Amino acid sequence: MQLPCYTLFSLLGLTAAGLAWAPAARAQTDLLHQLEREVAEPAKREVVAATFKGTRIINSQSVETPGAGTLAFLIQHRFGTLNSGAYQFFGLDQAVLRLGLEYGLTNRLTLGLGRSSQDKTFDGFVKFRALQQATGVQPLPVSVTLLASSSLTTLKFNETPDRSLTSRVSYAYQALIARKFNENLSVQLMPTLIHRNYVATAAEQNDVYALGGALRQKLTKRLALTADYYYLLPGPTARAFRNALGLGVDIETGGHVFQLHVTNSRGMTETFFVPQTQGNFFSGDLYFGFTVARSFTVSPQL
Amino acid sequence: MKRIFSVVPVLLLLATPWSGRAQGTFMTKTGRVSFLSTTILEDIEARNNAAAAVFDLNTGQLALVIPVKEFVFKRSLMQEHFNENYMESDKYPKATFTGRFTGADAATLGWAGSHEVQVEGELTLHGVSHHVKVPGALELKNGQLLASAVFNVAPADYNIEVPLLVRENIAKIVSIRVALSCDVVAGSGPKPTRSSPLK
Repeated sequence: MQLPCYTLFSLLGLTAAGLAWAPAARAQTDLLHQLEREVAEPAKREVVAATFKGTRIINSQSVETPGAGTLAFLIQHRFGTLNSGAYQFFGLDQAVLRLGLEYGLTNRLTLGLGRSSQDKTFDGFVKFRALQQATGVQPLPVSVTLLASSSLTTLKFNETPDRSLTSRVSYAYQALIARKFNENLSVQLMPTLIHRNYVATAAEQNDVYALGGALRQKLTKRLALTADYYYLLPGPTARAFRNALGLGVDIETGGHVFQLHVTNSRGMTETFFVPQTQGNFFSGDLYFGFTVARSFTVSPQL
Repeated sequence: MKRIFSVVPVLLLLATPWSGRAQGTFMTKTGRVSFLSTTILEDIEARNNAAAAVFDLNTGQLALVIPVKEFVFKRSLMQEHFNENYMESDKYPKATFTGRFTGADAATLGWAGSHEVQVEGELTLHGVSHHVKVPGALELKNGQLLASAVFNVAPADYNIEVPLLVRENIAKIVSIRVALSCDVVAGSGPKPTRSSPLK
């Protein structure tokens, strides 16, 4: 094997050139490495963001809150059941609506107001992000958001005298416990207590306990599947009513999130969907619905 | 009159070695980087005060590391989308630049005032690297090295996807502004002086 002379020379030349260039290139990357070493803080604490796309999953509220100074306007819609036939245009002839406003007083504390057409109900809630999932120093495996809401029906009852104010009020208390397992999968657990000041029949309890579960699985960067479910703890309510189940998709369009879903529950606040769900999901008592949220920045962060 | 003309260059030549040779390494961890996207529909601005930079005046090299999550937007939701969908900050937490500057060297930087330089190197954003060449300015003032640059970046060049519905809201070309005040790193060379040969 004999290499021609010029090959040797050119190889030598290349090597020499390589050697001449290498230090400069190395120096540059060295500088970057040196800088990265300088700035690398040992496992800096980072709060896990965007566990869910919006403040709602389907029926449930999520651990998310609007940021400080952000006002979210929510339009929640439920049509009639899909199995109501062609005469009702498969449910599209009927609709219940909830209009809501949520304002982030701080990054942790949110106040909300809403009005549902179902039973002409006003609702108000306070939501507080008690703990936020974090990595690094002082890591936390889950986020915990506490939710207390009350609702007041303003429906005229055919009773004389009409029902008192206190008898029209119900309360919901929830601890929303969520974990974002990875970029795509988030799971939430929701121990729930519903208290109703007034119930019409013995089958409905004043206090109803339930355990909810929800998840979000992203399919693409801007599309996700969602599900939520409430298990009513055994009792008269659990015997007379059904567990609320919802399946949906979240579509993020950039500015806002569209949430489309089917659920066996008609109501959109905790005091409706936890203790009063009647539809049978698997025999087609499915309410098609959507939630659209639009955020307005009241006080900018900058 | 003629003599003056010949004296000035000589003076300059003589002065050069005495003028403070700016040496050593300068560094900051609180550099400011901001960007602005302007369209007819809306202006989007974000600011970051946690950029780290190092300049080696002896070799004319520099490096910049920008923690992407530190960008603050007017709208908190926008900030979330920026990190989650556009920059994918969990996957690509840092934007970096490494390269060198030309147009001023250790000697000329010792002179008072701002010096125009050309900065050339690799810009890495969203996991994509491109060779860029941008104008900038360097100035030594009160023992600090002030560096600034304004340049443009096209998000599409760095595989940053913009959804159809907001395509008109986000500029094709985003203007980036960098302003760094770097302190000398102890033990990296004599402290630079501010004397100018023309004073």
